[in-house]
Amino acid sequence: MNAKPLWRALRPMIWGAALLAVLAAWPASPQAQGFAGLGSAAEGFALPEPRALSFPEDHGAHPAFRIEWWYLTANLSDAEGTDYGVQWTLFRSAIAPERGSSWRSPQLWLGHAAITTPQEHFPMERFARDATGQADVVADPFSAWIDEWQMTAPEGSPGISALTLRAGAERAAYDLTLTADGPLIAHGEAGYSIKSEGGQASHYYSQPFYTVSGTLHLPDRSVDVTGQAWLDREWSSQPLEGDQTGWDWVSLHLSGGHKVMAARVRDGAGSYTFGTWITADGSARALTDTDITLTPQETHTVAERTLPTTWRVELPAEGVDVTIEAVNRDAWMALSVPYWEGPVTVKGSHDGRGYLEMTGY
Amino acid sequence: MILLTLRALTSYWRRHRGQLLALLAGLTLATALWSAVQAINGQARSDYVRAAQQLGGTEQTFLARADGGAIPMDSFAQLRRAGWRVSPVMEARVVVGNLRLRVTGLDPFTAAPGTLPPVMAQQLASDPASVMTAPGRGFAAPELVAQLPAESLLPPLDPTPGLPPREIVTDISTVAALPDAELVRLSLHPQQPRFQTPLEQIAPDLVLQAGTGRVDATRLTDSFHLNLTAFGLLSFAVGLFIVHAGIGLAFEQRRATVRTLRALGVPLRTVMIALLVELLCLALIAGGAGVLLGYLLAAALLPDVAATLRGLYGAAVGDGLLFRPVWALSGMAMAVLGTGTAAATGLWALARMPLLASARPRAWSRVSERALWMQAAFGLFLLGLGVVAAWALDGLVAGFTLLGGLLLGAALMLPLSLALVLRLGRSQARSVLGAWFWADAQQQLRGLSMALMALMLALATNIGVGTMVSSFRLTFTGWLDQRLAADLYISARSEEQGAAITDWAQASRLRLLPLVSAEQTLSGRPGDIFGVKDDPLYRDSWPLIAAIAEPWDALHDAGAVLINEQLARSAALWPGQEITLAPGWRVPIAGVYSDYGNPKAQAIVALPELESRFSGLPRLRFGLIAPDTESARTQLQDLGLSQGQITDQAGIKAFSLAIFEQTFAVTAALNVLTLAVAGFAIFTSLTTLAALRLPQLAPVWALGKPRAALARLELLRAVLLAGLTYVLALPVGLALAWSLLAVVNVEAFGWRLPMFLFPSQWVWLGLAALLAALLAAALPARRLARRSPADFLRVFANER
Repeated sequence: MNAKPLWRALRPMIWGAALLAVLAAWPASPQAQGFAGLGSAAEGFALPEPRALSFPEDHGAHPAFRIEWWYLTANLSDAEGTDYGVQWTLFRSAIAPERGSSWRSPQLWLGHAAITTPQEHFPMERFARDATGQADVVADPFSAWIDEWQMTAPEGSPGISALTLRAGAERAAYDLTLTADGPLIAHGEAGYSIKSEGGQASHYYSQPFYTVSGTLHLPDRSVDVTGQAWLDREWSSQPLEGDQTGWDWVSLHLSGGHKVMAARVRDGAGSYTFGTWITADGSARALTDTDITLTPQETHTVAERTLPTTWRVELPAEGVDVTIEAVNRDAWMALSVPYWEGPVTVKGSHDGRGYLEMTGY
Repeated sequence: MILLTLRALTSYWRRHRGQLLALLAGLTLATALWSAVQAINGQARSDYVRAAQQLGGTEQTFLARADGGAIPMDSFAQLRRAGWRVSPVMEARVVVGNLRLRVTGLDPFTAAPGTLPPVMAQQLASDPASVMTAPGRGFAAPELVAQLPAESLLPPLDPTPGLPPREIVTDISTVAALPDAELVRLSLHPQQPRFQTPLEQIAPDLVLQAGTGRVDATRLTDSFHLNLTAFGLLSFAVGLFIVHAGIGLAFEQRRATVRTLRALGVPLRTVMIALLVELLCLALIAGGAGVLLGYLLAAALLPDVAATLRGLYGAAVGDGLLFRPVWALSGMAMAVLGTGTAAATGLWALARMPLLASARPRAWSRVSERALWMQAAFGLFLLGLGVVAAWALDGLVAGFTLLGGLLLGAALMLPLSLALVLRLGRSQARSVLGAWFWADAQQQLRGLSMALMALMLALATNIGVGTMVSSFRLTFTGWLDQRLAADLYISARSEEQGAAITDWAQASRLRLLPLVSAEQTLSGRPGDIFGVKDDPLYRDSWPLIAAIAEPWDALHDAGAVLINEQLARSAALWPGQEITLAPGWRVPIAGVYSDYGNPKAQAIVALPELESRFSGLPRLRFGLIAPDTESARTQLQDLGLSQGQITDQAGIKAFSLAIFEQTFAVTAALNVLTLAVAGFAIFTSLTTLAALRLPQLAPVWALGKPRAALARLELLRAVLLAGLTYVLALPVGLALAWSLLAVVNVEAFGWRLPMFLFPSQWVWLGLAALLAALLAAALPARRLARRSPADFLRVFANER
């Protein structure tokens, strides 16, 4: 039984807060009349139901659902061994479960991207209205974009097994090529992922097996890099309610080809941890609070907030006991909704690297 | 020690209150004129900036189609996908009552920060749904909001000061719901990503356009403000001549005091510090008064300026004047710096005065002939520089460099020219007295040259601006007579009313000329296309400045177009060439007509042609040719039209002329003030010279010439010098007028005005100059006539 990716389900709340202004402002259509705020029920929206994932359709957008994302993080290094991190995220958010004509479509798109080096961090953000061509996702041949940022399957490659990835702003940009050397990982029951609290669910799968090569364009230099990347795909209609104050999430590429995803949801009383163990051959096992522990170690202050940038991750059943440490402790995403997201190095029982996300600090 | 020295030195002013007053008055006046102009300019500029910000970023660079057509949505998406951070601007036209409005839709998602109207941004922050959900929200000038009835087509409106009078700004989704909404331009974000595909590879039909294409108030009014600044600077310079004369005299007359102080053991340093303290006090007192006076002057003139700018250029400038500390400080600084400049020569002379040499007064501004030649050569150089600049440079800079070079160069060449004329006069003199008169005038020229240069500048400016205004007025009235040839102008409230008027005119067998227009970008400039009926009125009276043979036949039979001079000059399009009026509508140009005072491009086509290209253009405005305007007016009112909907030709002309007159009201006021200041400069210079010239006059008196006769000669000399200056100023003034009409005007407004000469104005100005000189010389001459003979005798007492 897979652990329910609660943390993922919480994301809509956060992004929802970011999008509140634009979402609430959408031209009302009859279906959207009942919309009064993000906490309310998803009137008219489709609900996730147990069904097998279907490709390539499910690589594309699901406008009948309220929220959806294409979320990619990459751990990269250059010839000298310097660590870098790259994030590429496209969110679709809907006020009504339909797509209207240009400018008046009740859906919108939000892009987040970042490049992190040991010394620097470049967060970037884009907004777009739906149905103008400025941002969209096409399932086959796969292409997701907002402005010049894009995640596109090269001609002739099936599904999302290979991607070109681009994003940038005035100061920094990147241009990467990704190739998957493992299968898609369906979370929950064949991709139907039931949330443990309140029965909410989502459709959820990942591709954690990308190898990456390409170039980072930094203000003073361009760097050729190689590494690994992890793509999450999820869509749902029900943001979780609750008293959770935030979460800490890691995705780790361990030596030996194993992968681990773990999240720790904090509320007023304490925290609940869960995750997924993925072996090198692509089989997955759900982890619960009793299987895995995340323990904060050293804290660091960035943007007047103090948060732990060093963690201990223990998964005794698989013999994992590692310390993860931020490559750049100042990887603060100072965007319309601020959070911490950046690459980490892994040391201990296993070596490796991964990504850390911390919200609600 | 310093205090004692200061007291000793300032005791002079207690004995010469009139001189102190003149000095302070000159400096005050100069500072006042300068700061008034600065205040007006500053206020207007800050108002433009505010207005521009509220226009929703029209100051930004943007992309638009060269032919002015709608931009396809694909182009927007392709540009964004190619890395161009552009924000869409969509426009639609709506007619509410008899108002034609533009609704502009902006996209808050992609708009650069700070480019939305502030009221809209606040509303978005507090209640975004109200702006972006149907029915949406409109933002419009308070006057427009008050004028509009509740109208189902339009969203609820928020009063937003500073928006153009006929514009409603909304979210782009609100405009998109209106019929005929089009993507008209894509504003460029000031920051662009590192990597972009070149524009011509993505959207070759789009061109990059700088700044706003709409109410380009800044550029249009630049010449107006430069004009004001030039006047302010000129007045300040003239004022400095007064100060220079005043301080020069005071220093000169205190040489004895200074020598005594030095002999008593006061160090030079202390004397100099005391003098500097004295100067600083004078500058601060006069500067403070000048800033205050300048503020009052600006407050008095600003409503006129604001009305002018609004009326002529549509620039939004408020009537209210804000007090700005920076402005006051800069006024004070100008006063202090000016005083320092004016006193520099005096201080230098005092500092170098030998301690024990006799303190014999001498002409304090002795100028050698060599120096005159050098000065004239520099003047010639400036003149040449101006001409070269006008030839080599473009834009207003060229025009004003030409003006500056012309005025300064001519002023610098004046003393030499006068000296040569006087030398000629001297060589022609037949009597001894005559020879002395000319020689004395030559000698006096040295002390007066500054004041005469000031007079020359004032006169030349007066002639130049006067000629320009009068030429403008003559051309403008003639043009109005041609353009407003119909007897009545009617605006209908609705298309039904328009149709009723058309029916009525047909039934009454009156010639009715519909005035139908469509807004359209013409060669990248904002403009209008008008459709005209084939009527003798146009053929007879439309003011064409260039045309092919039979232009009206070409217009009505061959689909040709007439364009206004602004468009012709800016796009370099003339009869015989072709112009693209809209996508796929390229036509030959049959003629170019003058269109004064219109900042926009304009084109005229046959009415059926226009109506076939633009569907749904309302026929709301008409010209009516009616032999009996009163009965026509009554009948129209019977149709339900109000008085305000019917304007007669005379009314429109009067209104247009009133707007026009205001444009130059401020210029004229400054003109008079400048002349007055120049007169004052002559007065103070003559007063200064009067005391110094006693040694020159005493021998003549001793030879038997009565004091009254000497005084008359003094008057005659002043009038002669003023007259000569005037004669030399005349060609400079005309050259100035030509530069204003043919260079500055074309650069600033896009049209060239014919130059007319007004000799009667010159005569009056000449008389005014002579009168000013006479008045300025009267008091010193009277003093001379009443001077005690003992003073004359004392010159020979050889006591100094």
